[in-house]
This record gives sequence, structure tokens and C-alpha cells, in this order.
Amino acid sequence: MEIGPYIMLASLEGAVTAAVLALTACGLSLVFGVMRVVNIAHGEFFMLGAVIAWWVAQGIAGHPALGFAAALVVAPVVVGAVAVAADVTILRHLDYDPERTIVATIGLLYIIQQLTLMTYGPEARPVQAPFSTRIALPWLEHGPEGWQVIWPWGLGTTTYKLAVIGAAVAVLLGVWALMARTRIGLLMRATQMDREMALAFAIPVERVYALVFGLGAGLAALAAVLIVPIQQAHYLMGGDPLLLSFVVVIIGGLGSLPGTVLAAVLIGLSDGIISVFFSPTLAKILATLLVGLVLVFRPQGLFGVRAP
Amino acid sequence: MSLLCTEGLSKHFAGLSAVAEVDFDLPEGQVRALIGPNGAGKTTLVGMICGRLRADAGRVVFDGRDVTGMAAHRRIRRGMAYTFQITSVFGRLPVHENVALAARRRLAGPQVDAAVREALDRVGLTEDPDRPAGDLSYGHQRLLELAMGLVQAPRLLILDEPTQGLSDSEIARFTGLVRALAGQVTVLLIEHNMHVVMQVADAVTVMNQGAILAEGTPAEIHDNPAVQAAYLGTN
Amino acid sequence: MSRRARILALHGGLLAVLFAAQFVLPAYHHGNLARIMVLASYALGYNLLFGYTGLLSLGHALFFAAGMYGMALSMQHLEAAPAPALLAGLAAGIAVSALLGLLALRTAGVAFMIVTLMFAQAGHLTILYFGEWTRGDEGFVIAATRRVLWGIDLADPVSRYFAAWGLFAVCLLSTLWLVRRPFGKVLIAIRENEERVRMLGYDPFLHKLGALVVSGTMSAAAGAVYGLLFGYAGATFASVQYSIFPLLWVLLGGAGTVLGPFVGTLFMFYLIDLASGVTTAYMLIAGVVLVALTLFAPQGLMGEVRRRLWGWLP
Repeated sequence: MEIGPYIMLASLEGAVTAAVLALTACGLSLVFGVMRVVNIAHGEFFMLGAVIAWWVAQGIAGHPALGFAAALVVAPVVVGAVAVAADVTILRHLDYDPERTIVATIGLLYIIQQLTLMTYGPEARPVQAPFSTRIALPWLEHGPEGWQVIWPWGLGTTTYKLAVIGAAVAVLLGVWALMARTRIGLLMRATQMDREMALAFAIPVERVYALVFGLGAGLAALAAVLIVPIQQAHYLMGGDPLLLSFVVVIIGGLGSLPGTVLAAVLIGLSDGIISVFFSPTLAKILATLLVGLVLVFRPQGLFGVRAP
Repeated sequence: MSLLCTEGLSKHFAGLSAVAEVDFDLPEGQVRALIGPNGAGKTTLVGMICGRLRADAGRVVFDGRDVTGMAAHRRIRRGMAYTFQITSVFGRLPVHENVALAARRRLAGPQVDAAVREALDRVGLTEDPDRPAGDLSYGHQRLLELAMGLVQAPRLLILDEPTQGLSDSEIARFTGLVRALAGQVTVLLIEHNMHVVMQVADAVTVMNQGAILAEGTPAEIHDNPAVQAAYLGTN
Repeated sequence: MSRRARILALHGGLLAVLFAAQFVLPAYHHGNLARIMVLASYALGYNLLFGYTGLLSLGHALFFAAGMYGMALSMQHLEAAPAPALLAGLAAGIAVSALLGLLALRTAGVAFMIVTLMFAQAGHLTILYFGEWTRGDEGFVIAATRRVLWGIDLADPVSRYFAAWGLFAVCLLSTLWLVRRPFGKVLIAIRENEERVRMLGYDPFLHKLGALVVSGTMSAAAGAVYGLLFGYAGATFASVQYSIFPLLWVLLGGAGTVLGPFVGTLFMFYLIDLASGVTTAYMLIAGVVLVALTLFAPQGLMGEVRRRLWGWLP
């Protein structure tokens, strides 16, 4: 394949990565934005979503779409409930002290990951996609007879991948509507802006926190359900989404949802394209260094505005 | 010979002018009180003098040297000492260690202990120097702040509302202490208690709305109609 | 007994007991304790920054690995003898911690934690990336015949135990000395109230940088000695897990106590050792202990001892 179609293929794959990443990172960003909690266990909520999706899909007979549809509902709800439980039993008792909550979520990371290893085991297991029709894509080439449409071998995508992108966009719009247009969103924004003031106005801050933590984890789980027909469910799969979400949230500006989505698209797309030219390890080295340096030199994120 | 002077010192917060073009001059050896209504810009001015706040414009000259761009700790090393308005002692460390930390910057070995004991004596905090500073009453924490300032043997001692929360007897002790310092140490004192100001200050600077309203001896200031107006809020 | 005498008796006593334990312990625990003393030295380094200066790093594996690979790579590829190789490990630790400090100390709190986590992750990935030299996750073995330092065969269990004890003694005593020096007392004051320290005329940045370099160098020394004594260097030692371990040990033993790191490492080592006999998911223990400590005992074991029994504990 020539370089042009190759890059187009990489961007398509990158768009899928970006879609899933945007969902995952949005969850992390929401939790940080409202609660000021850096959730190191976020990647494990993602992993848990994938593993639960496998379990649900496994348990439901019939057309694979049935199991997948059930997983789409069950996994985020169960993971959200786990997160709410963690918030109520652990984080709340730490008074959301930033440093202690980080240490606690590191503990939570190991608890979730190792319990999954004990029950689900060390294997990687696939979930079947509900539909997956292959679509070949055309490419324009300048030949001896002028411009002509060709169909390079290997250039294509599947209906499922396109659906993942669509679903992510829909969910993100839903999150935006929730934050901007509903009462509960208003409560979240009020709590985000000033916790003390929210308390003074009798906003049930503790319940808002539990909800936000559950919602954040649920978004990660949903992202994982969407990706699990393309990747596989494995107990160590939480590391990469955690790292990439950090990259996205920090570059997009901590706690800013539009910045997060923008950064997710940028990182997702460039990840696909960069890994065409570099090894994935090198790409990850650059990403981690970028996050570190952004935090050191531009803590408001690359797209954020410096607070006055 | 002035120990400290500022020229055109200004600071804005979110577009609001907190201190505007202040020219301030403090001769060596003087006890100067800085007074003014709440929000007049006293703490902001002092913050820029000692380096806790960066000035937006203007300069600060300390001991003949421009210190405007100098980090706070370097200014302190050049002979300023600052006591916090909101007490800021090391609550979990012993009282003795609080003062020793301040003393060790210029002393070492057994000299530290002697200096600490002397400073605690002077402010009247002689009881149990080994207990955590956080266990002291609010008034005693203020006295501890003062001891931490004194033990540095500063050339300029900046006191931000030192008598706030002190009892009458502690205030009497404080005024005696500052008067004993007069002539040896230059003192810049932000103070609300006019009684204290009248007793200890050689001169008074009045700030209002970010600018210097009046300067003079305590008696002059006391009789100044503009100052009275500012305090009563009728201007 | 004076405070000073008590402190010397307690810490000297621990070193004497550990020295003597060598003659009575069965082989298995004898080997374990050698490992624990080296890892406790790592924890002592971590404690200096976290426990005494109040800076929570999530990237100390970078320093441990810098020491280990500085030592191991110079033996493997430069044919260095153990002594210069150890020095190379130390030098790597100093360089890496100074560089990280200059960058990361521009941040504080949560940002500092994430920055250290990210740079350490970049370090881990770099070791994997240069797999040709480092052999990545698989790592490489340093032959026993080459691990002879000044005529002492470090592959021999007895001399290995003494070497580990020596490292631990140096780290323990230098921590004890440092935290009772004016420099150490300023570090403690920074932990309590950094702004106040600045307004007493100390440069907090320089003190924190000093703390980080000493802490990183101690961690690197532990990494270098670990690689040399046990004859192996692998990328696992640079992974996030090895940044979490010293945090776990220090939290368990008691942050900001001189004995805490050893106590925490000892307990955790045996806890994980027991658990790994039962399940492959032994890191579950680490997770549970981390959560339980933050919830119920943020002072750790020796912190509780200091609070309830011995207020004089340094």
C-alpha cells in the first residue's frame, strides 16, 4: 500500500481510538473537575467494564447482538455501582484529601485488578461484535489516464468501527446535555466551582460526589464495552487507557470537558498516525514526557487559559 | 538615612487596584505604624515589601539596594523579618523548635538554644517549650510569632496586626517590648488598636483605598480631619 | 537515659540484632532478610522525601532503576569491575534525581505526584525501548564470577548478608544524622508549612532539591546494590509497581520515622511472601493494605508507637 491510503487507514483506526479515549478521559476529567480527585483506578474501571461485558455476552444465548446490547447496559451500571460503593466507603472517609485519595485509589487499582485475576483469570477473551460488515474504501490515484478511483487492498473499515465512533459522539453529547441542561448538571457545576458555597446552599455535596464518581467510572466501562469486540478483555488492559486518559485530561486542561474531547481527538488520531512511523513504545515515551512537561511548564493544559 | 523605601509600588487583583503608586519611606531606627480601614491595602503593600507578592509596577529599595525582583527568602536573609497576620506557626513542632528554626539561619550550635530562650523570655512564653505550638492558645501563638521574628535579629521587623487576639496584659507586654526595641530595630507595624499605635509609634502612615492618605506623628494623625473622615467613611 | 542515648540505643540495637541474626537464621529467612535490608534502604531513601519533606513521589522506581542499570549496564557492556560499577550507579542516581528535581519541583501536591509518575513511566518505557542493551522485561544476569568486590564473593550468602547489612546501616545512620541536623529540621518544617519556612529566610526549592537528590541517591544505591548482590537487572524494577512499593512500606512502617521504613518493608515482604504461596494475585494484599492504611492508620506502625509510647522517636 502506498503512503496516502496507509495514512487514511491509520486515521480511521485513530478515530476509533479517539472515540473510546474521549469517553474514558471524559470520565476521568469529570471526576477530577468536580471532586478534585485524581482517580488512579480509572483504568481498572475500564477493564472491569470489558470483563463484565464478556461475562454478560457469555451468559446470554442467541444472536451476539443480544448479549452485546445487554452488556452495554449492565457493565456501566455495575461498574458505576462499584465506584459509588468505593466513594462511600473509602473516599468520603478521607474527606477527599487530594494526596490521600490518590494513595487510596492506587490501592483500589490493585484490589480490582487482582480480584479480576482471581476470578476471571489471566486469559484474554474476545466478545463478538453485534454486526461487523467490512467496507472497502476507495482512493484516488493519478495514473497514465489521469485521476482514477482505485480500491487499494487492505484499505477499509467495518460498520462496527463506524458505529463505535457514532455511539461515542452520541454519549458525549448526552454528557454535555446532562451537564449543561439538567438540574443535576447544575448541581455538579455548582459543586465544582465552590464546594463550601455549594454546602452552604444545601446542595447534597456527598451525593453529588458519589454520583459523579459513579458516572465517571460508568463512562470508562461504556468505552470498554464498545472496544471489547475490537480488542479483548484482559485483567491488565487498564494500564494504557489510564495513561492515555491522563495525557488527554492534562493536555486538554484539567477538568475542562471540551478541552478533554479536543485533546482526545488529537491524541487518538496522532496515536494512529505516529505508530505508523514510530514504535508504539517510543510513542508512549513521548506521550508520558509530554504530560510531565505540560504539567511542569503549562499546568493549565495546552488549550487552557491561565487563571488570572 | 532611610532603611526602606518604595517608589510607585502598585498591585492589581483581577482588575481591581489594591495598591496604587505608593511612595513610602521608612528611616532607620523608626517605629512606624501603618493604619487604615479594612481593605485599604496595608497587607498587600507589606506583602510586596517582603516579597510574598510580586509588584505589578514600581520598586522596593531595602538598605540601599533594589530588591524588587528578589525572592522573599533572599529579602529575609538581607535583614527583614515578617510575622504573619494569620498565625502561621509550625503547629506540630515544639514551641522551642519553632523559634530555633528562625534562629538557626544565623546561629549555630549552643548559641541557638541561648537565643531561643532569650526570645521566648522576652515575649513571656517560658512555660513548657517542648509542647507542640499548635496546643498554645491563639494569643500565645501570636507571641510565638513575635519571638520567631525577634530571634532573627532583623534590621526591619514587619508585624502584621500583632496584637489581634491578645489579652490586655499581653498587649501591655507587647507595647513594652516594642518600645524597648525602639532605636535598635526598625519596625513596621500594621495595627488596628489605636491605643497601641499612640503608645509605640514614632510616626504613622495612613492608607486608604490603596493610597497613602496621610503621614505624621501620632498626635498629628489623631487630629487630621481627612483621616477621621476615612475611618468614619464619610469621604 | 537522655533522649540522645535512647535514640542511639534503639537504632544501634536494631543494627546489632540484624548483624547477629545472620548466625541464627535458617537459610531461607537469612536470604529474605538480606533482600529486606536492601529494600529497606530503598524505603529509607523514599522516606526522606515523603516522610520528612512531605513530598509524595510516585516515581522513585526511576531512581532505583537508575542505580541498578547504571551499575549493571556498565558491568555488562563496559566490562566494569563491581566498585566502579557501583559508583556509576550512584552517579546515575544523582544525575537523574537532580534533573527530575529541577523539573518536578516546579510543581507541588497532586501535580508533583503525576509528574513523578509520568517521568518514571517514561524511564521504564525507555528501558524497554532499548531492549537490545537492557534485554527489556526479561532482563539480564550478572555472572556470579564477576560479582567479586575487593576479593569478597558477593554471590556467597554470608558475604551478601553482610553487604546488605552494611548498606542498610549506612542508610539508617545517615538518615538519623540528617534529620537531626539543621538541614533535616528545615525539611521537616517545609513538610509542616512551606510558606512559613520561606518567610524565615530559607530557600524551600533548594532544600527540597537537596532532599530529592539525597533521597534519589539513596534509592539508587539500594538499586545498584540489589542488582549486584542478586546478580540480576530487569525492567520490572523500573515499573510503577516498584514506585508504589516504597510508598507502601513507608506508609505501613510509619512515614517520618527513622525505623518505619525497615518495619514496613519487613512486614510487607513477609505478607506478600505468604500471600504468593496461596495465590498469583498476591498484589491484592498490597491494595488492601494501602486502602486500610490511608483509612485507619495514616501514621503507620512506628507513627503509632511514637504517638502512644515513645514521643522521642526520631
